[in-house]
Amino acid sequence: MDLGQFILMRHELLLTIAALAILVAEIFTSEKNKSGIITFALGLFALVTVVGFIPGETGNLFGGSFQSSQLTTFMKNILNLAVLIVFLQAEGWLRKPENADKISEYFILTLATLIGMNFMVSAGDFLIFYIGLETATIPIAGLAAFDKMKSKSAEAGIKLILSSALSSGILLFGLSMLYGATGTIYFADMAGLISKDAMTLLGFIFFVSGMGFKISLVPFHFWTADVYEGAPINVTSYLSVVSKGAAAFIFTIILFTVFKNIVELWQPMIYTLAVFTMTLANLFALRQNNIKRFLAFSSIAQAGFILLGIIGFGELGLTSVVYFVLVYVFTNLGAFGVVAAVHNASGVETISGYNGLYKTNPMLSLLMTLSLFSLAGIPPVAGFFGKFFLFTAAASKGYYLLVLIAVLNATISLYYYLLVIKAMFIAKNEEPVAWFRSTLAMRISLIMCVAGVFIIGFASGIFEYIRSISQLFLN
Amino acid sequence: MAGYTYTVFILIIPLVVFLITGLLGMKWKPIVSGIIGTIGLGISFTLSIITAITYFWGGSHGAEGFHAIIPFELTWLKFTETLIIKMGILLDPISVMMLVVVTTISFMVHIYSLGYMKGEVGFARFYSFLSLFTFSMLGLVIAPNIFQMYIFWELVGVSSFLLIGFYYTKPSAVAASKKAFIVTRFADLGFLIGILILSFITGTFDFAKLTEPGTAIFASAASMSFMGISAMTWAMTLIFIGGAGKSAMFPFHIWLPDAMEGPTPVSALIHAATMVVAGVFLVARMFTVIHFQAPDAQEIIAYVGGFTSLFAAIIAITQYDIKRVLAFSTLSQLGYMMLSLGVSGYGGEEGLGFMASMFHLFTHAMFKALLFLGAGSIIHAVHSNYMYDMGGLRKYMPITHITFLIACLTIAGVPPLSGFFSKDEILVAAYNHNKLLFAVEYIVAGLTAFYMFRLYFSVFWGKDRHYHHTPHESPLTMSIPLMFLAVASIFAGFLPFHHLVTSDKLGFVTEMHYAIAIPSVLIGLFGIAMAWILYKKESGVPAKMAKSWGILYTATYNKFYFDEIYLFVTKKIIFNYISRPIAWFDRHIIDGFMVGIGMTTERISYRIKGMQSGQLQHYAFMFVAGTLALTLSMLYFLM
Repeated sequence: MDLGQFILMRHELLLTIAALAILVAEIFTSEKNKSGIITFALGLFALVTVVGFIPGETGNLFGGSFQSSQLTTFMKNILNLAVLIVFLQAEGWLRKPENADKISEYFILTLATLIGMNFMVSAGDFLIFYIGLETATIPIAGLAAFDKMKSKSAEAGIKLILSSALSSGILLFGLSMLYGATGTIYFADMAGLISKDAMTLLGFIFFVSGMGFKISLVPFHFWTADVYEGAPINVTSYLSVVSKGAAAFIFTIILFTVFKNIVELWQPMIYTLAVFTMTLANLFALRQNNIKRFLAFSSIAQAGFILLGIIGFGELGLTSVVYFVLVYVFTNLGAFGVVAAVHNASGVETISGYNGLYKTNPMLSLLMTLSLFSLAGIPPVAGFFGKFFLFTAAASKGYYLLVLIAVLNATISLYYYLLVIKAMFIAKNEEPVAWFRSTLAMRISLIMCVAGVFIIGFASGIFEYIRSISQLFLN
Repeated sequence: MAGYTYTVFILIIPLVVFLITGLLGMKWKPIVSGIIGTIGLGISFTLSIITAITYFWGGSHGAEGFHAIIPFELTWLKFTETLIIKMGILLDPISVMMLVVVTTISFMVHIYSLGYMKGEVGFARFYSFLSLFTFSMLGLVIAPNIFQMYIFWELVGVSSFLLIGFYYTKPSAVAASKKAFIVTRFADLGFLIGILILSFITGTFDFAKLTEPGTAIFASAASMSFMGISAMTWAMTLIFIGGAGKSAMFPFHIWLPDAMEGPTPVSALIHAATMVVAGVFLVARMFTVIHFQAPDAQEIIAYVGGFTSLFAAIIAITQYDIKRVLAFSTLSQLGYMMLSLGVSGYGGEEGLGFMASMFHLFTHAMFKALLFLGAGSIIHAVHSNYMYDMGGLRKYMPITHITFLIACLTIAGVPPLSGFFSKDEILVAAYNHNKLLFAVEYIVAGLTAFYMFRLYFSVFWGKDRHYHHTPHESPLTMSIPLMFLAVASIFAGFLPFHHLVTSDKLGFVTEMHYAIAIPSVLIGLFGIAMAWILYKKESGVPAKMAKSWGILYTATYNKFYFDEIYLFVTKKIIFNYISRPIAWFDRHIIDGFMVGIGMTTERISYRIKGMQSGQLQHYAFMFVAGTLALTLSMLYFLM
C-alpha cells in the first residue's frame, strides 16, 4: 500500500500530531510557565485549521473503511473552525489560577474527541464509525467533570458517562443486528442489502436511538440540560456545537447512503422526532433562568430543525443540513462567547443577572442580540437563511404540515430569545454586571462569529459550493 | 469590458464610510466623521468622472450605439432556474450620467455641510446618513435588474426618512419624515405589484432583456388583460406610480414641501437633485418597454407630468418660505421631465423628448442644488426661512448673491445658460407631439421666471430687515460648492447630450429651433420683468393683487387644500370606517387567540417540567421507552 495515500487522512493526522505536540510541550514547560501552553496550543491549532482548508485529494482508504470526499473535508473544516473559536473563548478561563495545572488536559482531551469526530465523519464502515463515536464521547465526560471540585461539574461528568454508556450499548446492539441481518459492516455493501425484515428494522431503530442521544433529540435528550448546566461553559459550547454538529453530519450521511432503500420508513420516524423535539424543547426553554440550561434547550430545539433538512432526503436536504450547521457554529458560539465572557468577569450565569447589561456592556449586548436573532431566524442574518433552506428542503418533499409546525415553533422560540434581549435592554437593575474588557482572544472569536453570521448569510456562493459538493457526494 | 471593474468602488466607498462613521462616529470628534465622509465621496466623485469620460469618449460607441456594459455581477439568490436575483453594476449612458450627477451633488453637499452643519448636535450621525443615502442612490442608478433597483429604491426611502427627521426633537420634522415615508411607501406598493406583473409576464428582472429591441418576451402579454386594460399597461402604470411617489408627481406631491424640514443640504441633495429624480430615471430606464408595450401608460405619464408642472408653479408664486418655493419649483421641473418622457418617441430625432428629459435632469440637478445651497447660505445668515424676514442681502453676501442670480437666470431659461438649452429641447419635443401640453409648458416657463425672481428680488433687494446680527457671507466651505455649481450651471448646456444620452443610444443631430426658443425666452423675460416691477422695490401692489384674487389666492397659498383632503380621507373615512373595525377584530379576536395560545403554552410548560427530574434512572427509563415507542410506530407504519 502506498503510504502517500495517508494524505487522505490529513485532518486526523494533523490533529493527532497537534495533540501529541501539546503533550510534549506540557512535559517541557516548567510549573511557572504552564500558561504558555495556551498560546502554543492556540497558535498550533490555528495553523492546523488553516492547513485543513488547503484542497487535497479525495478517495478511500483501507478497502473503503475510511472515505474522504470534498464534503467530508468541508465538514471537518467546519468542525475545526468551531473548535478554534471555542479555544479562543476558553483562553481567559484557562488562565485562571485554579486551572493552571489542567491546561494541557483541556486541549488534549478536546483534540482527542475531535479526532474521534473526524474519523466518525469519514467512516466507511460501522466499525470505524463506532470507534470514532466512542473516541468522541468518552473524553467529553472528562471534560464535563473538568471543575472536579464543583459538585455540579462532577455530576455532569458522571451523568454523561452513564447515559452515554446506555446509549452506546443500544447503538452497538443495533449495529450488531444490522451486521447479523446483512452480513457486512461496510456502508457501501450494506446499502444494497437493507430490506424490511424485522432484524434490520430493529437494528435501525436502535441506531436511531443511539444517534438521537448524541444529537439530543426528544426523548433521548434528558442528559443534555443537566450536563450543559454542570459542565464549564467552554465545554458546554463545545458539546452543543461541535459534538452535535459532527453527530448530525454522520447521521445524515448514513441515513442518506446506507438506509436510502427504506427512506419511506424512516421519514415518518424523523417526522415524529422532529415534532416532539422542537415542541418539547421550546416548552422547556420557556421556563429556564440559568442561561446555560436555556441555551441547552435552545440547542435541542435547533436539532429538531435540523431534522427537517434530513427529512428532505436528497441533495437539497444534505446541503441544507451542512449549511445550517455551518451557520449554527457561528451563531451559537457567538451567544456562548458572550455567556463565557460575562461568566469569567462576574460569575453571572442567570438570565436575570443579565438585566441592564446593555447599559454597562453595550457591545456584548449587541453581539448577544445578533446571535439570538440569528438563532431565532430573523433576516437578514445567516440564521434566517439556515432555517429557510431547511424548511425548503422539507417542503420540497411535500411536508407542509411539518414546516408549519416548525414555523410555529420558531415563533415560540422567538419569544424566549426575546426574553434575554429584554433583560439586557429593558429590564432595570440596581447593580448590573460592571463594565469589563474581554480578553483579546475572546474579542477575536466574537469578531469571527459576527463576521460569520453576516458573511454566510449574504454570500450565496457558500451555499452553492456546499450544494455542488453534496451533489458530488450523493452521486 | 473588464476595464470598468473599479466602478465597484464608487459604491463600496460610501458604504464603508457609512459603516465606519456609523459605528465609530461617537468615539472621535464630530469633524473627523465629516472629513472621512468628504474624502470618501471625493474619491467616488473622481472615479465617476473617470468612468464617464472613458465611457462616453473612450470608444464604447459601436455601430449599435453605446454598449451596455456589466462590469460586475454576482448571483445573489438562486431560487429556481428562472427566478434568480442578481446584484451587479450596469453601465449605459443614463446610468453613467446619473453616477456623475449623484456623486457631484453629493460631494458638493458633503463639503458644504462641513460649514453649514458645524456645531450641530449629531454632526457625525448626519455624515453617516449622507453616506448611506449616497450608497443607496448609487446602487439604484447602476442596478442591472429591476429587483436590485427596488431594494435600493427602498433604501433610498429609508435614508430620506432618516435625514428629513434629522432634527428628531422637532415635532414638525418628525411628522414630515413620517409623511414622506408613508406617502412614498404607499406609491412603492404600486411599484412592487408592477414588478411582479412584469416579471410574471416576462420571466426576467434584467433590464438588458427587458429593453432589448424587438424582444419576444412580451408575447404572452398580448392575450392578458384586466378590467379591459392590457396587462402591460397595468404593469407600467403601476411602476410609474412608484416613480410618481418618489418624484412627488401629483397626487403624491404632498410630501415634498414638508420634507423641507430636513437640514438644507439634505434638501439640496435628496429633495432637489437626486432622489426625487429617481422616478424620472425609472421611467427612462423602462422607456422602451413603456413606449412599445404600453403606449397608454406613456400618455398618462405625459399628462401627469404636465399637470404637476403647472399646478406646482402656481402654488410656488404664493409661498413665503424660501425652501418651499424651491420645493414647488422642483415639483414643477420634475413635471417637465416626466412630460418630456411622456411625449417622446423612440430612435433618432423622434427620441428628442427622452434626451431632453435626461438633459434637463442633469442641468436641473446642478442649478437646483445651487439654489438650495444658496438658500441654505441665506438661512444660515439670517436664521429664518421666510422671505419677509429678508431683504437687501446683496450687500452682505456677494458670493451667495451672484451665484443665486446665476441659478435664477438658468432656471428662467435665459440663454446661454444651461437651463435654456434643456428646456428648449423639452418644448420642442412637446410641440412635436402634443400642442396642448406644449401650451401649458409655455405658461409654466413664464410662471417659473416670475416666482424665481419674486424670490430673488425679495431676498436680495428691497429694504434691510431687522436682523439679529449683521448678515455675513458664509465660510469658504459653503461658498466653494456654490461657485462650483454656478460654473456647472452656466456651462452644462454645452454638453453634447444628443450624442451621448439618447433613447436608442445612437445619438442624432439637433439644432436650435428658433421659432420655439425665442418666444420662450421672451416669456421668461416677461416673467422676470413682472417680478422686477412688483418686488424690486417694496410696494403695496402684490398685497393688493393678492387681495383682489381673494379666495383663489388663499386656496393657492394653502396648496389647494390637498393636505387637508388627504387628512380628511385618512382620518375621517379610513380610520373610522375601515381601521377601527379591523382594530377591534385584531384586539379582541386575534389577540385573544394569541394570548390563549401563549397561556396554554405556559401552562403545558409548567405541567411537564417534572419530566426533567435530574435523576439518571428516570432518564434511562425515558430513553428505553422512547426506543420502544419508535419501534411501535415503525410497526404501525409497516402495517
